[in-house]
Amino acid sequence: MSELTLERGLTAFLAEIDAPTAAYFSSCVHCGLCAEACLFYLETGDPQYTPIKKLEPLKWVWEQNFTLAGRIKKALGLSKPVTNEMLATWQELLYDSCSLCGRCSMVCPVGVDIAYLVRKTREGMVASGHAPEGLIEASRRAVQTGSPMGLQFPTLQAQIKRLEKEGSTQIPVDQTGADYLILLSSMEIISFPEYLGAVAKIFKQAGVRWTLSSVCFEATNAGIQIGSSDIARELVSRIVKAAEHLRVQYVIGPECGHAFTALRWEGPNLIGRPYPFKALHIIELLDQLRAEGRLKTTGKESDRLTLHDPCNLARKSGCIEPQRRLMGIVAENFVEMTEHGEFNWCCGAGGGVSSNERADALRMKAFRRKKAQIDEIQPNRVVTLCATCRTQLEEGIEEYKMDIPVIGLTELIAEHVIETDE
Amino acid sequence: MEFLLWVRGPAFNLALTVFVLGMTVRLLEIFLLGRRPNYAEPRGPEFGPGMKTVLNRFAVDPGVFSRAPFNVVVGYLWHIGFLACLFLFIPHIELAHGTFGLSWPGLPNPLVDALAAVTLVSLVAVLIHRNRHPVMRYLTTREDTLVWIATFLPVLTGYLAYHRAINPYPVALGLHILSVELLMVLFPFTQLTHAFTVFIARWYNGAAFGRKGVQS
Repeated sequence: MSELTLERGLTAFLAEIDAPTAAYFSSCVHCGLCAEACLFYLETGDPQYTPIKKLEPLKWVWEQNFTLAGRIKKALGLSKPVTNEMLATWQELLYDSCSLCGRCSMVCPVGVDIAYLVRKTREGMVASGHAPEGLIEASRRAVQTGSPMGLQFPTLQAQIKRLEKEGSTQIPVDQTGADYLILLSSMEIISFPEYLGAVAKIFKQAGVRWTLSSVCFEATNAGIQIGSSDIARELVSRIVKAAEHLRVQYVIGPECGHAFTALRWEGPNLIGRPYPFKALHIIELLDQLRAEGRLKTTGKESDRLTLHDPCNLARKSGCIEPQRRLMGIVAENFVEMTEHGEFNWCCGAGGGVSSNERADALRMKAFRRKKAQIDEIQPNRVVTLCATCRTQLEEGIEEYKMDIPVIGLTELIAEHVIETDE
Repeated sequence: MEFLLWVRGPAFNLALTVFVLGMTVRLLEIFLLGRRPNYAEPRGPEFGPGMKTVLNRFAVDPGVFSRAPFNVVVGYLWHIGFLACLFLFIPHIELAHGTFGLSWPGLPNPLVDALAAVTLVSLVAVLIHRNRHPVMRYLTTREDTLVWIATFLPVLTGYLAYHRAINPYPVALGLHILSVELLMVLFPFTQLTHAFTVFIARWYNGAAFGRKGVQS
């Protein structure tokens, strides 16, 4: 990440401007309703967190370069240029107080897709050297080691050995010609090791031919979070290369929201071609197995369970029903939060907020929106399908002394899988 | 009378030219930017969900409405009032008929008069709200104030002319037409463009979400 300059940043802003961007900026009338959909504004009452205002640097660049009036004003020296000082001020607004949840994009009366524009604006922030330190470090580790947490394959290998020893399940690695390449997130390997065991158990029962890759096991993409297509492309390319090498038909994203956005929606555009495989989230695969009758479960949880939809999966990827169908087969007392699915409320730590230590206090304030949703329905446990959401939920629940366990949906399914001896 | 002839003649032609050419340029500035090819396998279509979003954003999200009812109600009131005065006032329809040969049914004058009064009051309320609400105050620019003035003046001058509050009448009518011309000239260079681009923006929003299998 050398030679990051204002000039590079401005070039990056220019490169991001497309027809939707111009239509969006041409349409905003400063009504402020986006603030009413933003958990960072609602939980702090601070107007600086109004979503549309976070885009000011990109808007200025658009106005001064892509509109007649703006170009005339610029030529006459009547417009204020985007400066390093401005970008330094905007850093907190674009990173600390935005989880890219996209709820504002769903309510804007004139239809501005604000999250789309925040993602674009971050490109210029990175190129000009105005990204938060925590995300820069995570990106550097991801590029250098393959993991944003610096985790290497031997660590995963040790976990595989332990899991194989504990259970009777084999965890295949580098199996050429397998149907499914399973990706993980470092956070799962470190904080939720039960995920991999759960996957192995379910796949064994369902007769799934799968594999891990020793050269690329990480699905998370720090490049997407920081907003650098260069970094994101490098990280996605490693997955594509591994998948092509192993000749798999499917690449399966882990319980992680942004990793799915990176793999499913941004990846093909980053590498500039369609994938030769299909990309699915683990929950989509489990739902497919359920539909095919290959996922056989027994018994149901009797306590009151609710579901937290990760924004990247529900609102931003249309994965809404699979998790509900799966809950249906293992939970007899499932209760929805009032606003869920595409209208869920973010937990507050997506979009790179969780990797940005400076935002720790703010993300805990933002969590109060999710807390209110949970308090309203009083569940015994919360089920989710994203490791970042899960960590934020656990920390928020701890912070506000709520005493409600959080569990991953894949693990919950695995607990009910009928084990058959071969 | 000379003033009225000037605003109806050369000034109107100039304003109309600026409006039409300016908006054409503005729309070209948007569409010529294009979109990059999207290689991600779509989960759903773009066109239909885009069109649906164009329509369904007229309805406000219930949560947002509960948190900002004043903003929404007053916003609706003045937009409806303004458009009704513009398009459903019989003398305006007669003008359109005389100019373009197009005609459509209008509303009775007393009703338009009442709507104009509601619009004026709502616009004043919008201005006060804009200056008092922390978010709106934070967002408001000089351009917003200019646009407010340009929107308010045609309704105000029209209302005054209708009630013969300015004499002689040709001056009142001239001022009304002049204020409309100011609005037309400012239109392509300010956020007034949203009256057109809102449909493009909503479509792009709905299309992007639709592609991912979500109706936005």
